[in-house]
Amino acid sequence: MEFRKQTLENGLEVIAELAPRAYSAALGFFVKTGSRDESDANHGVSHFLEHMAFKGTATRSTADVNRELDEIGSHSNAYTSEEQTVYFAAFLPEYHDQAVELLSDILRPTLRQADFDTEKMVILEEIAKYEDQPPFGAHEKCMAAHFGAHPLGRSVLGTADSVGRLTRDQMLDYFRQRYSPRNIVLAAAGNVDFDRLVTRAERFCGSWEPFDAPRETPRAAAHSGLQVVHKPAAVQQYVIQIANGPALEDDDRHAARLLAAVLGDDSGSRMFWELVDPGFAESASMGACEYQGTGILMTQLSCAPEDTAENLARLRDILAEAETDGVTEAELAQAKSKIRSYLVLQSERPVNRLFSVGGNWIARRRYRTVRETIESYERVTCDDVAAVLRKYPLSVLTTVAVGPLSAPDQILAATGA
Amino acid sequence: MIQPIYTHQFENGLVLVAEPMDWLESAAFSLLVVAGCCRDPADRLGLANLTCEMAQRGCGSRDSRQFVSDLELLGADTSASVSTVHCSYGGAMPAESLLETLAIYVDVVRRPHLPPEQLEDARLVCIQEIRAIEDDLAQKAFQELRRLQYGSPFGRSAPGTIEGLESARQDDLARFFRDTYRPNGAILSVAGKFDWPQLLDHAASLLADWTAGTAPVCEETPAAERVVHLPQDSSQTHIGIGYPSVPYAHPDYYEARAAVGVLSDGMSSRLFTEVRENRGLCYAVQAMCHSLRDRGSVLCYAGTTTERAQETLEVVLAELIRLGRGVAQDELDRLKAKLKSSLIMQQESSTSRSNSIAADWYHLGRVQTVDEVRAIIDGLSRDRIDAYLESHPPRDFRLVTLGERPLELPVGIS
Repeated sequence: MEFRKQTLENGLEVIAELAPRAYSAALGFFVKTGSRDESDANHGVSHFLEHMAFKGTATRSTADVNRELDEIGSHSNAYTSEEQTVYFAAFLPEYHDQAVELLSDILRPTLRQADFDTEKMVILEEIAKYEDQPPFGAHEKCMAAHFGAHPLGRSVLGTADSVGRLTRDQMLDYFRQRYSPRNIVLAAAGNVDFDRLVTRAERFCGSWEPFDAPRETPRAAAHSGLQVVHKPAAVQQYVIQIANGPALEDDDRHAARLLAAVLGDDSGSRMFWELVDPGFAESASMGACEYQGTGILMTQLSCAPEDTAENLARLRDILAEAETDGVTEAELAQAKSKIRSYLVLQSERPVNRLFSVGGNWIARRRYRTVRETIESYERVTCDDVAAVLRKYPLSVLTTVAVGPLSAPDQILAATGA
Repeated sequence: MIQPIYTHQFENGLVLVAEPMDWLESAAFSLLVVAGCCRDPADRLGLANLTCEMAQRGCGSRDSRQFVSDLELLGADTSASVSTVHCSYGGAMPAESLLETLAIYVDVVRRPHLPPEQLEDARLVCIQEIRAIEDDLAQKAFQELRRLQYGSPFGRSAPGTIEGLESARQDDLARFFRDTYRPNGAILSVAGKFDWPQLLDHAASLLADWTAGTAPVCEETPAAERVVHLPQDSSQTHIGIGYPSVPYAHPDYYEARAAVGVLSDGMSSRLFTEVRENRGLCYAVQAMCHSLRDRGSVLCYAGTTTERAQETLEVVLAELIRLGRGVAQDELDRLKAKLKSSLIMQQESSTSRSNSIAADWYHLGRVQTVDEVRAIIDGLSRDRIDAYLESHPPRDFRLVTLGERPLELPVGIS
């Protein structure tokens, strides 16, 4: 594997992890923008704009974009998170040139009013879809409760109300503030000819006008709180708990991820043995998410409503025990083995490497091989995990419960909030 | 390059089928036994799923905790699932862990403890799964559609019913295990980096002395209804439409698959264009081929807000009817590019090839190499697809709606 990078005159960085023997290539534009870069007035615009990128450019109609993406047999898509908007395609090497041209072109969408109006209906359907789907918005509600006025409190999709109010002009303004070549990375992985990629990028992206696109990155304040959202039609109760955790620039993020795996991986973790294996809960797991300037450790639980208080008490005991006694050498070794294997298996597909290489670059401006990532986990000791637990107490939690339970006191005692 | 596929059938009926992928560092396997939910007794629906859950609670020399921790130390990312016909165990792992992981899973299917003291826990786990599906409306609609399409037992859903699970006793479990966890009909597929002679020796030492059982006879009852509405207080109405198609083993399967591809594969497909792009009716709309060994279906799904559900149903049905009139050359060309890309990219994943060759063996009794499938895709022609569609036009629809209000099938549609 060889890593290459080059910066175009307008500031667009082109990076690639080259694997000449790979069957496929993957390419993606990583735009450093997402829901945290929005305001109350344009909430939901990042994700809506991501949809609009596929709705036509100066030289292509919606149908042209869709047809050409299919003509190159690509597996292409896009996603928006709190911090990134990513447009990507995986394809066979022979389609490299068309893929670069097409993806470059859709990064300069026309935002035609008629397309904007139709696509708004699709977004509203997407919002309705998630309203019907477990955990029924519990994740977004918990992020909002945990982060409060912090920009990360804003959901990615927006609400039916905020998206309903968005205008094309607001979207155009947002585009002009965020889609600067200085705020975008073109990343590639797999069977890619780097020099050719740079030549094509210069040709198709070289004229993009650069400007500054700054982002605020305040730390989130730690606090505890509880919110109960009544959803009588649900069968199960869904609970999300968020504690503070390391940010994506923090070195202790590897220790936090291993901690989350020991306590709350899908299988073999403490939550698995205490809650899932005995059938007390349908699922109970913990994961670490890092953002620029802040991070979270998120626990999710789903179970029968009548078992919620007891299960939350079990979770509280698991977190309290971890805070007091940390994790064991054997648990840590098992978690490392899982993560190592996961990273190796993932890395076999260029498209997975694309997300890793591109995401890492836009977050930290660093390239790391799979081996280097694995080593960062291997180095973590039980003491490092204990230090994370001291710095980010798991007992300080925001809790949101969605489901048939309506009274906070039905779960209040168990959360200790 | 001639791509080898190794196969070996043991005297007890079990087939080992393996595809080397030396360019990978991983290996993956699937181990299928004929212990799917079609073999659930009618008053014990969910027994196959419960047996699968129990089989992973200790086997051979390991208790359930040792089982999980040994697999995790081997770096094996494993899973188990029950389908209509099979219970399948499988996973991916670093190549050097393959043989040891296989030995553990042979214990799962041959020497599980099925510990009586864990039966209640396992039962609760399975009941949780049923409750979870109650909240997953799209899946719930799809389960109902499969029931309408195939009846009993082949349209069953693996989780079964809470009553069925609550009736299951330890001796039901023991009997189900004894009757269904057998080598005849079982398939072990392996793909990735391995040494064939070593793999064959290892498999022989683990599996050759397993005793065959008797093949089951299933009695079938078709579903009485063609149209079902499931009332639900929800934001969207979930629509499932099914119609008969040919199974995977049928000589015309790829023509049928291509027709569904024109309908639903990719962003320029007809459903995506007409339902989502042109009318903004849905976020999710799709159609897929679904195959049992002796029959197949096309299953479609669309989810849309209640007020727009009737229009969505009408637009989707109109596209299904229009498909019966044939496909265009440019649609076929795009589809071929997509199918070929997917096929080649399968070679980047041991899991994907392992699943694929196991399915091939079950449906065809042989494995199609990547090169063979590529030749079939290259050979697809508009004439043959249109001829297929003329003799098998989409019709005889089954409809499931789940949401606040039932929908009307348009006049003239059956």
